[in-house]
Amino acid sequence: MELLNKRIIEEKLFKVLMILSLCIVLGSLFIIFGIVIFNGASSISLEMITQTPKEGEVLGGGILNAIIGSIYLALPATGIAFLISMMIALYLQRDFTPSWFSNFIRFTLDVLWGIPSIIYGIFCLMIMIYLGVGSSLLAGIIALTLLEIPIITRSMDEAIKMVPIGLKEVSYSLGSTKFETAMKVLRRQAFPGILAGVLLGLGRGIGDAASILFTSGFSNRIPSSIFDSTAALPTMIFNLYSLPSGQPKAYAAAFILLIIVLTISVASRLLTRRFKKHVIK
Amino acid sequence: MNTRKFRDVIGTKLMLIATLFASIIFFLILILLLFKSSLVLQTESITEILFSSTWNPDRGQFGLASVIIGTMIITGIALLIAIPISLLSAIYIVEYAPKRIRKIIRPFIDVLAGVPSVVYGLCAFLFLVPLVKDFIAPFFGAQSTGLCIFTASITLAIMVFPIIISLCIESFDAIPIVLKEASLSVGATKWETIKKVVMRASAPSVIAAILLGFGRAFGETIAINMVVGGITRVPTSLFSPGETLASLIASKYGELMSIPLHESALMLVALILFVVVFLFNILGVLVLRRAKKRWNY
Repeated sequence: MELLNKRIIEEKLFKVLMILSLCIVLGSLFIIFGIVIFNGASSISLEMITQTPKEGEVLGGGILNAIIGSIYLALPATGIAFLISMMIALYLQRDFTPSWFSNFIRFTLDVLWGIPSIIYGIFCLMIMIYLGVGSSLLAGIIALTLLEIPIITRSMDEAIKMVPIGLKEVSYSLGSTKFETAMKVLRRQAFPGILAGVLLGLGRGIGDAASILFTSGFSNRIPSSIFDSTAALPTMIFNLYSLPSGQPKAYAAAFILLIIVLTISVASRLLTRRFKKHVIK
Repeated sequence: MNTRKFRDVIGTKLMLIATLFASIIFFLILILLLFKSSLVLQTESITEILFSSTWNPDRGQFGLASVIIGTMIITGIALLIAIPISLLSAIYIVEYAPKRIRKIIRPFIDVLAGVPSVVYGLCAFLFLVPLVKDFIAPFFGAQSTGLCIFTASITLAIMVFPIIISLCIESFDAIPIVLKEASLSVGATKWETIKKVVMRASAPSVIAAILLGFGRAFGETIAINMVVGGITRVPTSLFSPGETLASLIASKYGELMSIPLHESALMLVALILFVVVFLFNILGVLVLRRAKKRWNY
């Protein structure tokens, strides 16, 4: 009887610990959201999101330059990364390439996923300086593209792997080529997973500060060409967080960033559910 | 027929090029970092750099020991906090929580994983730093500005939670239910089943999750940079400021990039980061392969 008691007490103890841990995790989430929403909502205004900083000073005006800059950086980067990742992910399947080769590529992608994004930043900056461009919108887009490729490719790869082999066999037996099968059957069947991967990449890209810190530089104006340097929401926060007079802008930028990330997350859920309807089980 | 064949060949070749592009980037980064850091390695020996703790580029001293120690302490503490809390939370979510609560919690964890690191940094700077400065450090009888190793570790731990939790949930979910039923049917309690069956069967993926969490913690740059204090000295206590490898690049690259020797020293830091991430990935592959053989169910 005593033995049984000990076992039950152990279980109870760990259950308490588990609930405690979950409270810590959820509590930290609520604190983060509380801080950002509370401070962000009070410092956001129409002026903040529709004006660029005044000429010559960083603190006056709004953060329109950072909002536009983030869009200019993240959308093209995600687009390019999507195209490249799509090709890689389809090529990694067994139809195209021997498994030793695809395993090797998967390994390099894992390493690329793991290296700190600041390394992409300095890598791109050095290449750009070598080409005579320096820090610019273009350099930032390239850095973000490189950052997103491993993320998007790995999640697409997982989705495409799940496509039942029978579906491919049917397509081959009707005489279609490998490329046609990849583009018409695999792509459609794996569409929800591919979409989720792209949105994941977009979320990472729009929020990453380290890779664009040196590549895209900082500027008070909205960039007019891809060779201009530009501000972005994450770099705006990073540059202003420690100045008390700059904090309203940092809060506003964090608030907008958080809303973007939340929207991406919700959209990813809704869209994948919606498109799952068309997937053949 | 010919156009279709043609398209097939062109399409396949394009895909091959894209695939090669990914691995070329990998080697290009490695070669560039090796090439750039060779300059500083010519003036100072690698042991001198790794084991000396004076970082003073203006005098030509590039000792990284203090930064390496800082990185190890911060990453270590963060993982010590994050691993038990994440594992226990994941177990609760999968095994104990009612389905309704589970459905609410999962999206929250996903959102937490997607929050940009700069936002974590901002919140830590506004909330945790004053908290450490005014309450936690005095409580332990220490003086601190709040910008210290302890704050950085806590911030990092919170950032690692969602990664480990969501991967662990996936692996616990993948365990065949018959394994659990077998254990329960011979009289084990639910906790015993979790301890002896669930944890063992999912050990390889749990290890993989922890390694991934380590990678994130080790390479985190911006959030650490905002709260760690940025002092390249060997930390004397948990509440003294420090610096990590990745954060050193972020804070110093702007001012040091114009002088080749100084830039080269930072490239060596980047090379160290790259090599460590590379080695841990190899370790991950090996551990997974062994673990899969050992715990084959």
